[in-house]
Amino acid sequence: MSDTSSVVVDADEGFTRSAGKQLALYALYAIAAVAAVMFVLSLAAGGAGSSATGNAIDVENNSITIALREEPPQMDAARATDASSNVVLSHVMEGLISYDLDAQPIPGVAERWEIREDGATFWLRENALWSDGVPVTAHDFVFSWRRVLNPETASQYAFILYPIKNAEAINTGQLPVETLGVRAAGDRVLEVEFERPTPYFDKLVSYLTYFPTREDFFKSTNGRYGADADMMLYNGPYVLTEWVHGSTMRWEKNPLYWNKENKGFLDEIRTAYITQDINAKLNLFKDGQIVDTHLLSPMLPTAMEQRWQIDRSMDGSVFYLEFNHRDNRITRNWNFRRAMQLAQDSTELVYKVLKEPSYIPGTTLFPAWLNGVSESFQKEYPPVEHKMNVQKAREHLALAKQELGIDEFPPLMMLTGDTPISLLAAEYYQQLFRENLGLELRLDVQIFKQRLEKMRQGEFDIVLSGWGPDYNDVLTYGDLFSSWNLQNRGRYNSPEMDSWIRIAQSELEPKKRMDAFGEIQRLLYEDVVIIPMYERGISFVVDPRLKDFRRRSVGPEVDYNFAYIDTSGQ
Amino acid sequence: MSEISAADFQPLTAGQETQVISRPSLSYWQDAWIRLKANRRALASLYIVIGLLAFTLLGPVLWPVDPARQDIDQISLPPGTDRNATIVAPYQPWFGDANLPGTGLRLAEPGTTQAVRLQWEVLPGANGHRVYRNLFPVGPEYAYGIPLAEILNNDTLYFEDRLDLQPGTYFYSVVALGPRGEITTEYESLEVDIQRVTTVAEAIERGLLEEGTNLQVGDQIELAWHPLGTDYLGRDMLARLMAGARVSLFIGIGAPLLFVLFGVTYGSVAGFVGGRVDQVMMRFADFVVALPFLLFMIVFKIAFGIGPGESGVFPMLVAMVVLLWPATARLVRGQILQIREQGYIDASRLLGAKTPYLVFRHMIPNTLGVVLVTLTFAIPSAIFTEAFLSFIGMGVAPPTPSWGSMSNEGIKTMLTTPHELIFPALFISLTVLAFNLLGDGLRDALDARMRNRE
Amino acid sequence: MWKYFIKRLLQGVLTVWFIATATFFAMHNVPGDPLSNDRAMTEITRANLEAKYGLDQPLFTQYTIFLGNLLQGDFGISFTQENREVNDIIREHFPVSAILGILAVIFAATGGVLLGALTALYRNRLPDYVIMFLVILGISVPSFVVAALSQLGLVTLNTALGRTILPVAGWGTILHMLVPALVLGLSTMAYLTRLMRSSMLEVTSSDYVRTAKSKGVPATRIFTHHQLRNAVLPVVTVLGPAIAAITTGGFVVELVFAIPGLGRYFVEAVQQLDYTVIMGTTVFYGAFLVFMVILVDVVYGLIDPRVRLEQ
Repeated sequence: MSDTSSVVVDADEGFTRSAGKQLALYALYAIAAVAAVMFVLSLAAGGAGSSATGNAIDVENNSITIALREEPPQMDAARATDASSNVVLSHVMEGLISYDLDAQPIPGVAERWEIREDGATFWLRENALWSDGVPVTAHDFVFSWRRVLNPETASQYAFILYPIKNAEAINTGQLPVETLGVRAAGDRVLEVEFERPTPYFDKLVSYLTYFPTREDFFKSTNGRYGADADMMLYNGPYVLTEWVHGSTMRWEKNPLYWNKENKGFLDEIRTAYITQDINAKLNLFKDGQIVDTHLLSPMLPTAMEQRWQIDRSMDGSVFYLEFNHRDNRITRNWNFRRAMQLAQDSTELVYKVLKEPSYIPGTTLFPAWLNGVSESFQKEYPPVEHKMNVQKAREHLALAKQELGIDEFPPLMMLTGDTPISLLAAEYYQQLFRENLGLELRLDVQIFKQRLEKMRQGEFDIVLSGWGPDYNDVLTYGDLFSSWNLQNRGRYNSPEMDSWIRIAQSELEPKKRMDAFGEIQRLLYEDVVIIPMYERGISFVVDPRLKDFRRRSVGPEVDYNFAYIDTSGQ
Repeated sequence: MSEISAADFQPLTAGQETQVISRPSLSYWQDAWIRLKANRRALASLYIVIGLLAFTLLGPVLWPVDPARQDIDQISLPPGTDRNATIVAPYQPWFGDANLPGTGLRLAEPGTTQAVRLQWEVLPGANGHRVYRNLFPVGPEYAYGIPLAEILNNDTLYFEDRLDLQPGTYFYSVVALGPRGEITTEYESLEVDIQRVTTVAEAIERGLLEEGTNLQVGDQIELAWHPLGTDYLGRDMLARLMAGARVSLFIGIGAPLLFVLFGVTYGSVAGFVGGRVDQVMMRFADFVVALPFLLFMIVFKIAFGIGPGESGVFPMLVAMVVLLWPATARLVRGQILQIREQGYIDASRLLGAKTPYLVFRHMIPNTLGVVLVTLTFAIPSAIFTEAFLSFIGMGVAPPTPSWGSMSNEGIKTMLTTPHELIFPALFISLTVLAFNLLGDGLRDALDARMRNRE
Repeated sequence: MWKYFIKRLLQGVLTVWFIATATFFAMHNVPGDPLSNDRAMTEITRANLEAKYGLDQPLFTQYTIFLGNLLQGDFGISFTQENREVNDIIREHFPVSAILGILAVIFAATGGVLLGALTALYRNRLPDYVIMFLVILGISVPSFVVAALSQLGLVTLNTALGRTILPVAGWGTILHMLVPALVLGLSTMAYLTRLMRSSMLEVTSSDYVRTAKSKGVPATRIFTHHQLRNAVLPVVTVLGPAIAAITTGGFVVELVFAIPGLGRYFVEAVQQLDYTVIMGTTVFYGAFLVFMVILVDVVYGLIDPRVRLEQ
């Protein structure tokens, strides 16, 4: 801009002042107009999934507000696979056997049961009702289980019913569903026949794939069972009364639930937020919008500063490096795997790199919370003591070179997911093995589904993998590396392992059965099937007015079934 | 009128000055350069850009630290942390000491960054204990701090803390557990000062000591220097920023360069050939323009995937080029169409100029100004795109650093170690700002029409 | 006029087809599929699932089915939200993104025009320096950093005041919208402020303003009738692209503030490789943008007589 004109304009103070006044007036109009528009828009948004500002705890209405990790895909227990569905279903449904505050099994729909070598019998209680007032009967279980195994349902958790006679054959389409080894002897007796002895069957039936479904209601939904709040029947402590997809859910106390004295004390639980963003959740908690949230290590100083009572629990899963044991893979060589095992120390990973106080450095596939014969499994069968020894590791590496007849190892593919923790671990290992063994690991970072696909196809040398429990028995981990388990993505195949797993599956004598798990644990270390990284735990905070909230290792990750509001401490 | 002599009719000899030109003739580019130099902000931005390039290319020579090297002893350290450490003996596992004198919660040995060893007696009414660590004293809220361990029996009365120990003061508490394993208000607390230590073996491994140096336990040593601190894996921030600059600037400058080049070619062909070809070519460009950019960046990213060991820089570059060229193509085509109608082109053609001459002498040079400005403004948006993709986890694959992925990591620890966010974010902002201001300056300098604007 | 409009509309339809085709083939080039799950499945289960979603058909058949459904406005059923149609998902989540986007555009436009005029008026004085500094920040700080910092600021504010002045995340009321919309509109606002400022300065030094002044037209009238009106025109032209950028650029804000918009849904669908949702969202957004651009062009042509639509 040329100088003369600007001088003219700038010099004209009067012009600037009156124009400025006009501008201020416009600004006022604009603010008023924008406020009006916002008001109109907020009315419009009311229909588009609102999460009205509530309080974490509403003492007057005996209600709490929580956040869900993600929107449950659907509420059909037969097909549910994800953590969020598990959380919701565990509050609105109940299986034959339930569990108490301390996660010990207690009667659910079944008032008593008997497990024999060849089968089991469940006697159902009279007062277990569906939310429409109709009693829950043995037929509802027969219908549900047949449906799960019907190949057309394509239930991804059907395998958990395989201990029942003919279940696997039905699921693979070789037998009709009517041949399933389960029948209703009247309305209140459920008879189960086993394929093979299944001493842990009582642990299985509390899993959600075993939940009942009522045939007439199911048929009335025309294939939309579990798609909406009114497309389901409930028999748990809470009922789902409202489900605004992608936004909110409302669970209300189930007035017909038979065990109201011991479960379901709140009048209402609202899931007002669906977010995976842990920072957003922390802010919501800090702001008094949700009752609980979990904390990652960077958030702990804030939590300490806020003087919160931080709690911890194990989330149940164990994470490990899994090798590809297929032919023509370098990782098939035992000396190579042994070298990698000796060159690392999981305590350094957990204590210095991951820095999560609730994580336990990995020592074995079997996490610390699992029960053995009478005490914790790890106490009865301590894991093999591991000592990092880089010197020895290099010797094994040299042996591996000899056996494989190569001078130099080609780069190895290390497959990993894209979550922050697995990336951190992967980057750490990449550098660790480079420095200690001179190995070149190439990271293959993939989103969840692509990582699973690559694992299925065996396109990896090493994969950062993990396993979460389906039921509260050592076997949920113990059979992972059997040659027939589809979950064994590295195709580890050892007759010795298989024979111990067969014993662990069907041995009825608890001590002998646990001994077999002890052998499996030893073999996993000695044959270096996997390298344990850590047992995952969770640091979390709860509003101090909410009592008896639990985080679970097995089943729903958060459990409000026993929670109640107590303001006496305030 | 004075006399006219015959000498006045002498022809001039060659080389003799005929006309005095008052100002030196300036070419378009010289003129632009003078204008740019006069613009202080643009000039400063130019220096910043040069500085950034020097940082990227020369930096690693002057600061030859391996950006991948992990210093596990110095994780997430802010710049300017005290680096003195005391030499201690190598770590040995510890399982309590039955003969430890004293009572109550006490230390078995002074607290160090290697380990804090605690021992205590059964608390009244305890069915087990929980060990906590806090940065603050417990206080009336019974806010014990971070639960480190839960011991569900009264046999184990010791605990060794090795979790991310930093020099400073911690308040440890041992809390009695009730019959159902619940927390009670029965506790003992202990204030512990932590001293930074290292071992001889670690010092040698990190290159702080020569092999065979005779250092005794208790001697002092200075740990490696990290001028901008370290990241979440103990890697040198400065070295990582330099490595990250290579990726961010490669994408940020490389992608615009490529798509502008392609756009110029495409646009000038379309504009020059004209007719049906032009129509078809431009219709195709319209299709590509219509693709929602960010959505397609993400779709491309998963569709073409990143193989093992690949950084994903190349696919991102390709995706950007594929999606962004049409804007330049349109612009250049418009310019060419305009220039084609200019009088000097006709004049040149009358004088016998051939098509290649017209294109290279007149058309392309005359569009260069606009193209250069487009290019400069495309750089900041390419850098932002890279950062954005990294933020939603669709960026370059680790361990390759980029400013975007570093900021994304930094956001997670924004509260505790802000330097991990501040430095990469600062570099992004600085670069974006510099290119924006430079673009402004260039536009003013090159585009006569825009000159009078500020 | 109508001829032009219909021609543009046809071109738009063709463009949407192009988007759909590009998305379809890009998605089917992806290694892995949405059916993979944590728990390994038997081959028959997998085959049944593939049959359910039509993944067992040859690619070209899938493509024709996809196009056929698209013609009927049907994007299919989500893979991860098994009982929900992609149409439902878009219907539920797009309004949220749209409201957020509209608000952000309004903020950006009003803020940009007002601030731009202000800086031009007080050129090289304190308000100018302060606002231009903020503008520079708005242009050069990545949006996710701004979003994270502003959320942090909200928390600090609420904690300091001991009650919730503004919610830190979520959706539903005016209060929920305010900060996310501001953050989303920030960079556009900064851009428009700069544009408005230079446009104002150009107008200020123009002949007609000088003439008006010398004629003794009152200052407020010159300011509103001669300067503002003429300076706003170039700002209006860039609004079209700005709307498009803001509506699709809501990802970060939706992620950080836990807003149930379509952008966040898209990012999650990508993580889950939810084909149908990814394709549906992309095609929907593509179509939305294409027709927005047409609309803006047509409306602009109606407003400004200098623009001839037949070009």
